[in-house]
Order: sequence, then structure tokens, then C-alpha cells
Amino acid sequence: MRILFSFIAVLALVLIAYAGVKTANLQFLFGVVVPYAAIALFICGFIYRVVKWGSSPVPFCIPTTRGQQKSLPWIAQNKLGNPSNTMEVIGRMFLEVFLFRSLFLNTKTEMTSSNRVVYGSEKFLWLASITFHYTFLIVLLRHTEFFVPTAPFFLDIIKSVDGFFEIGLPRLFLTGAVLLASTAYLFARRLYIPQVRYISLAADYFPLVLIIGIAITGMLMRYVYLTDLVSVKVLALGLLSFKPVIPEGIGPIFYVHLFLVSVLLAYFPLSKLMHMGGVFLSPTLNMANDSRMTRHINPWNYPVHVHTYEEYEDDFREKMIGAGIPVEKEGVVNGK
Amino acid sequence: MASKFSATPEELSKIDHNPPKKGWMDTPVEFKEHTFCWGAKGKNLAALELPNARDWSPADEDWKLPENWQKIFLDGMKERLGKYRSFRLFMDICVRCGACADKCHFFIGGGDPKNMPVLRAELLRSIYRRYFTVSGRMFGRAARARDLTIDVLKELWYYYYQCTECRRCSVFCPYGIDQAEITIIGRELFNLLGLNIEWIAGPVANCYRVGNHVGLEPHTITSSVEFFCDDIEDVTGIRINPTFNRKGAEILFVAPSGDLFADPGTYTAMGYLMLFHELGLDYTWSTYASEGGNFGFFTSNEMGKRLNAKIYAEAKRLGVKWILGGECGHMWRVLHQYMDTWNGPADFMEVPVSPITGTRFENAKSTKMVHIAEFTADLIKHGKLKLDPSRNNHLNVTWHDSCNPSRAMGLLDEPRYVLKSVCNNFYEMPENTIREKTFCCGSGTGLNASENIELRMRGGFPRANAVKHVRDAHGVNMMSCICAIDRATLKALMEYWVPDVEISGLHELVGNALIMKGEKERTLDLRLVPLPGKAAKE
Repeated sequence: MRILFSFIAVLALVLIAYAGVKTANLQFLFGVVVPYAAIALFICGFIYRVVKWGSSPVPFCIPTTRGQQKSLPWIAQNKLGNPSNTMEVIGRMFLEVFLFRSLFLNTKTEMTSSNRVVYGSEKFLWLASITFHYTFLIVLLRHTEFFVPTAPFFLDIIKSVDGFFEIGLPRLFLTGAVLLASTAYLFARRLYIPQVRYISLAADYFPLVLIIGIAITGMLMRYVYLTDLVSVKVLALGLLSFKPVIPEGIGPIFYVHLFLVSVLLAYFPLSKLMHMGGVFLSPTLNMANDSRMTRHINPWNYPVHVHTYEEYEDDFREKMIGAGIPVEKEGVVNGK
Repeated sequence: MASKFSATPEELSKIDHNPPKKGWMDTPVEFKEHTFCWGAKGKNLAALELPNARDWSPADEDWKLPENWQKIFLDGMKERLGKYRSFRLFMDICVRCGACADKCHFFIGGGDPKNMPVLRAELLRSIYRRYFTVSGRMFGRAARARDLTIDVLKELWYYYYQCTECRRCSVFCPYGIDQAEITIIGRELFNLLGLNIEWIAGPVANCYRVGNHVGLEPHTITSSVEFFCDDIEDVTGIRINPTFNRKGAEILFVAPSGDLFADPGTYTAMGYLMLFHELGLDYTWSTYASEGGNFGFFTSNEMGKRLNAKIYAEAKRLGVKWILGGECGHMWRVLHQYMDTWNGPADFMEVPVSPITGTRFENAKSTKMVHIAEFTADLIKHGKLKLDPSRNNHLNVTWHDSCNPSRAMGLLDEPRYVLKSVCNNFYEMPENTIREKTFCCGSGTGLNASENIELRMRGGFPRANAVKHVRDAHGVNMMSCICAIDRATLKALMEYWVPDVEISGLHELVGNALIMKGEKERTLDLRLVPLPGKAAKE
């Protein structure tokens, strides 16, 4: 149901855009109005979410430590698993954000036939995640050619590496294919790993199907229903310079692609995709384990009712004296 | 609750990790016998000025909640979303990748899908989505958002008292999402409704008034310690006379009260006493701050702070220069990550300096509190202790990293250094079960009661499984650790799963190996068990 829902939703989006352009000539709506609205929602929504998180304070210093602390000088500290200062935190965050270190270190728990538990290495989630994110990034960078009059320096490098194998005409970009494959894997594992299937929500399937839709329409445009890239660039530059134009001769498949991208952008701040911003704010990752070296301040720390020593001694004075324990008020009975 | 827990290890180890066909929102909670703790007694809640103080039982249909309990819960949630970035973030950014799913000891040992950390969090996220997000309000069930009904509350309660806040899931989460943090806040919300468990509320009430969880009054503390000193005299021929509540001592020593209460913790306490005596340390115990552990932390942050306040207050009253802390797990989570923030600054003390080696503990320069494993490792490194590790030769020892010192501190190599210096036969458990990947005893955060014994045996299964591995491979017969709850609960766990392995604290083994000035030939270990071969030697 959750899975079917995602497919139907994405299919509906495809049909809306296709029909809108093909039969109702709503090129301006799908080529200008919707993208503008989506970008506005993305930017405002993203900022809103980050500000909202930022407005909640971090009352306690709670890093999750993954390795030896800094203590005695002759004990080797694990600086990247258990950072004790800002530089080391940056190192830890770099490994997390750019290399997905936690996922790399993931394990798989299994029961043997003799009812023992064993733990193996599990790298597929890491592999699929990291290829997904990086190919997505490269595909995104490749698209910059539509938004600047002259191609930026990195574009040629990306394209030559990306099309290295010179398969087909136009040359097959590896990233597109790998992006599609890794997204498909991330989708498939939600189906065939029983525990992951059990926890998956429509909100987990939907973005994957949406991205698969974006990748497929993009590839269709490049390899099957060849699209006039010059006209696309005119449209893109028009959007960017706030002088939108709808050039002739762009097929509906382009508008479908653009519409799906717009939906992704608008959906982004409403969804779990915000982990992109959130990972930087996670207090278990981005804090130095220095809470015994430097006092962490809780902005809402408030006085609490405590049981004072005086009250304690009043309760137990005679017993304390009897046991030879020094007291503050000798000869005082029951607090009088 | 009449029947006695009788499942055999063979029966319990048949675990199915495959979730049922039916979705989790359609699977109502079932309170299974031997898996949950008794409800807090009204008198203990009242003693702590906690709301809705009354006797209640989780097994009853009627939990005797206030009329407006939903509002209290949701208002409490709203307040905490604004107070804790962790909470708001962890409600929002989970992608349900499943990396944490098979990391929880309760899931590994029990197979209940709602014990996968991600799903335990989703139980609360579904409430969050329903009342605090646009998509949840709009799409309801389709967005896995649900109303806070009494059945949902009971489900949340059941599973949030099946989490020991061990943080193992957080280690594997790509965003560091920490179920411990979510459980802490969940339990705060339950406490707004008077839904604590007795095994927490009782010790907290004790600790608040009497000074420690087990309720030892001042004269009982001194007589317990005196009793240990008698045993030490039997073993070493040396009489130790420790002081209590002594003003002007250089160091205040705070241990978990469990070490004064029951074996094998008591042997650890004997180890402390022998070490400090041998060093001639100018230190004192306190009967007022006689608890390092903090079950208040399992109630609410406020209660944690209220109990913790005694340590600095007593340090100030006695005028000590710094504080030394004993072997306890969650105690060190609190001391390391919370105490200074709650009750600091401790500017009335000095940066801790070991009077024996001169080492300045820069890593504790603000809190002024040093872990005894750090202290002892430094002593051994400087050659200040005479040790005969062969006195532990009858033991094949493995090391259990306790959750909190491992994942909320990183105290990993200090105790290993001490351990390797005091015993000759040391064997590590498999790599994925130690250090930051260590497994909980299954009984932490106040779940070390007797009525939930099945839950405890299941939760401790992964730990026991790893012990079994080193027992079979190396003949391990002793697991050492630095946690009082471990010492109290691993014993039962081993008896159930790996019967021939015993449990000790680190300083029990230090006490065995420590050569004291003027001691007699040792023929007994600290358990008063004859040392094999020692009596006849020389």
C-alpha cells in the first residue's frame, strides 16, 4: 500500500505535467511558475527548518563517543571518534558528512543454527548511500551547464570522466546510470530486508520513486527522445535572470522532468530529506567530548529543590554521633 | 502475576528476528509477564514531590491518570521540543535506513520489532507527526501519524522501559540519533503523569533523603565499611581505618552505593580501601553524598540534578580539593556530561592533582572529578604500586566495557591498562562486542528489578553470547567491569546463560594483586577463597 501509493503518486505527477503541456499548453505554468514556486519553497522551507532546530538550545554536552577519550597523556586518544576540541570535531564531521563513516562501520547481526549471535561486516548500505549521494551531486553539477553562459572549469573534467567509456551516442554518462542503479537498490532493500520493510513509511518510498522518475526522464531526454538543449538553456537562463521565456520546440518529457524536480524541491523541507541540513546540527556528533575540561552552559538551567546536608543531619544526627561520624551541630536534637 | 519465570536458556535463545505480517500500528501492545517492572508507589512519588502520586500497576486496565493526561503529555512534549535541540532534530531527521535496527540488545535477544531503536523512536515520532507537523496533521495515518490514545500511551510506556539508554544505536546512526536521548525525554513525559517504575522511584526516594539508592543510613555505611575492613585484615593482616565526613581531607571519594551493599561489589569496595590505605591517601568517604549513581537521571533531568547536587555541596562543606569517583557506569555519564552543567561551576576546588605521582588531571580541570581507573592507571604507569598479578592467576579474565563509560566518555584503555597490570590471563571478547560497540548487561536504567527477569535475560543475551565465546575459546571464568549495575546484574545473567563465569569489579583484582607494606603472606583472595598454590608456596 505504502509502496503502491508512492508509485501512483509519482505516476500521477508525470501525467499531470505531460497532460498539462501536451493537451493544455501549460508550458508557462510548468516551465516558469512551478519551478519558481518550488525554489522559493525549498529555500524558505530549508531556512525555516534549520532556524527552528537552531532555536532549540543544546542544554547538555552529549557527544556519542566512538573511541578512546583524551585523558592521560600516554594513552592514545581516538581523535576522530572521540574529539576533544573543535578541530577534531571538524575532522569527525568531515568523515561523517563526506565519507559516511558510521555506515561504513556498520555491522550485520545474524543468528547461527546453534542459536549463537554473530556479527559480520555490512557494506552494501554504505556503498549504495555513498554512490547515490555522490552521483546525485555530480549529476547536479553537470546541470550547471544550463545555468551559466560559458561552462565552468569543472564541467569538462566531469563530463570527460563521466563519459569515459564512450558507450553509445550521445555518450553514456556513468553517473546517471549509477544514480539510477543505487536508488533502485535503496528502494529494493526496503522491500527485501524484512526489518527495513517493516519500518518503512510512504515518506521513505516516495522520495526514492520520485528520484527514480527524475533519473529516468532525464535519461530518456538524453538518449531516447532527444531534446533541444539550446532551447532548454534559453529557458534556464531566462529563469535565472528573472526574465522567463518559453522557447519553442521543447518536448513534454522535459516539462515532466522539470516538474518532478520541482516537486522534489518543494517536498524537501517538509521531509526526512532535511537530514542534509540536520546532520550538521546533531549534538551527539558535533560536540567535543570536553565536558570535564570546560563547563557547558545550559541556558535554561534553573534552581531545584534539594535535600540539604542540614536536613540530612537533622534526620540522622544521633545515629551519626553514635557511629563516630563528625556532625555540624553537636548536642542538637531533632533540629532544635 | 503468579507464575514463576521458568523458560530455559534453550527456549529463550530461539529468537525470530523477522517482524510479523501485520504492520506495527495495527499490532496492539501486550504486557507480557516478566518483561515489565512494577509501577511506582504513591508514597515515593509524593516524597519526591512528583505529580500524580498514587499506587498504580502497569498490569491494571486503569492507570489512574489525571483527566487531562493527553494535554499534560503533549504540552510536556512541546516544552521539550523547545528545550532540547536533540529531541526536535531526532524527531525530524531519521531516514529509517535501518542501520540501528539490529544493534539493540533487546531486539537481538528478543526479536520484538518495536525494540529496534528506529521503531522505538517511531512510536513517539508518530505522536510528534500527528500533533507537531503539517504532514501528520493533514495525512494522519498515511503519514504514520496517530492520535495519543490510552493504548498508544501504554505501548510507549512498555517499550520506553525496555530501553537501557545504552547508546549503542547512536554509534551506528549516520546522524548520531540517540535513542537514549529520546528515551530520557519519553520517561520525563511519563513522570509528568506519575508513571515511573518502583525500581527507580524507590531508590530515588532513598537517595534523596537517606543519601543513597539502597537506603544505607550513616551508621550502616560505617558498619558495612568496618565489616569490609575486618575481611581485609583477615586477608592481609593490616587494619584499615577509613574516615567519614572528615573536613579538611584533600579528596572526597564517591562510589556507587551498590559497592557497599552486595557482593561482588563489596569486593570492589575492599579494593578501593586497600589501595587508598596503601597510598596513604588523604581522603574521606561521605555518608551524605554516599551515592555516585543517579536513578534520578532515569526519572527526569530535574530529578537527576536534585540528587547530583549533593556531591558538589558536600565537597564544598568538607573543603576538599578534588573528588575521586568509583566504578559505576551511568554515574559517570552523569558526572562526565551533566554534573558541571547542572550544579557547577566547581570553582571552590582545585584542578585535580594526584598527590602520589604529581599528575595534573587536565581532562577534569573543570568538574574536578577523576575516575578511579584514570587515577589507578596513572599510579601504575608511574610505578607507584607494587603488584603481584600472579595472585589472579586462577582467573582467566575478560573485560566488559560498560555502556556509559564507553559511549558517553570513552574510558576504554585506562581500565584495560590496569587490568593487564594486575592479572596475567586476559582475553578480549570479539571485536564487535567491545569498546564503543559493547553490549549492555540488559538491566541498566533502573530495569534491574526481579519482576522483569525475562526481559533482563533477553537483553543480556548478546553480552552473554560473547562471554560464552571466550569461555569456550580461552576458559574465561571471570568477567571484570567498572559498573555497579553490571556487578549486580551480570551475576544473574551469567548464572542463566554461562554458569561458570563470575563477575568482579576492576579494583577487586587490583586489591588481590596489590602488595601492601607489612602485609602477611596472602593465602586468600578478597572473596576469602584460598588462593590456589599460594598457601603451600615458599
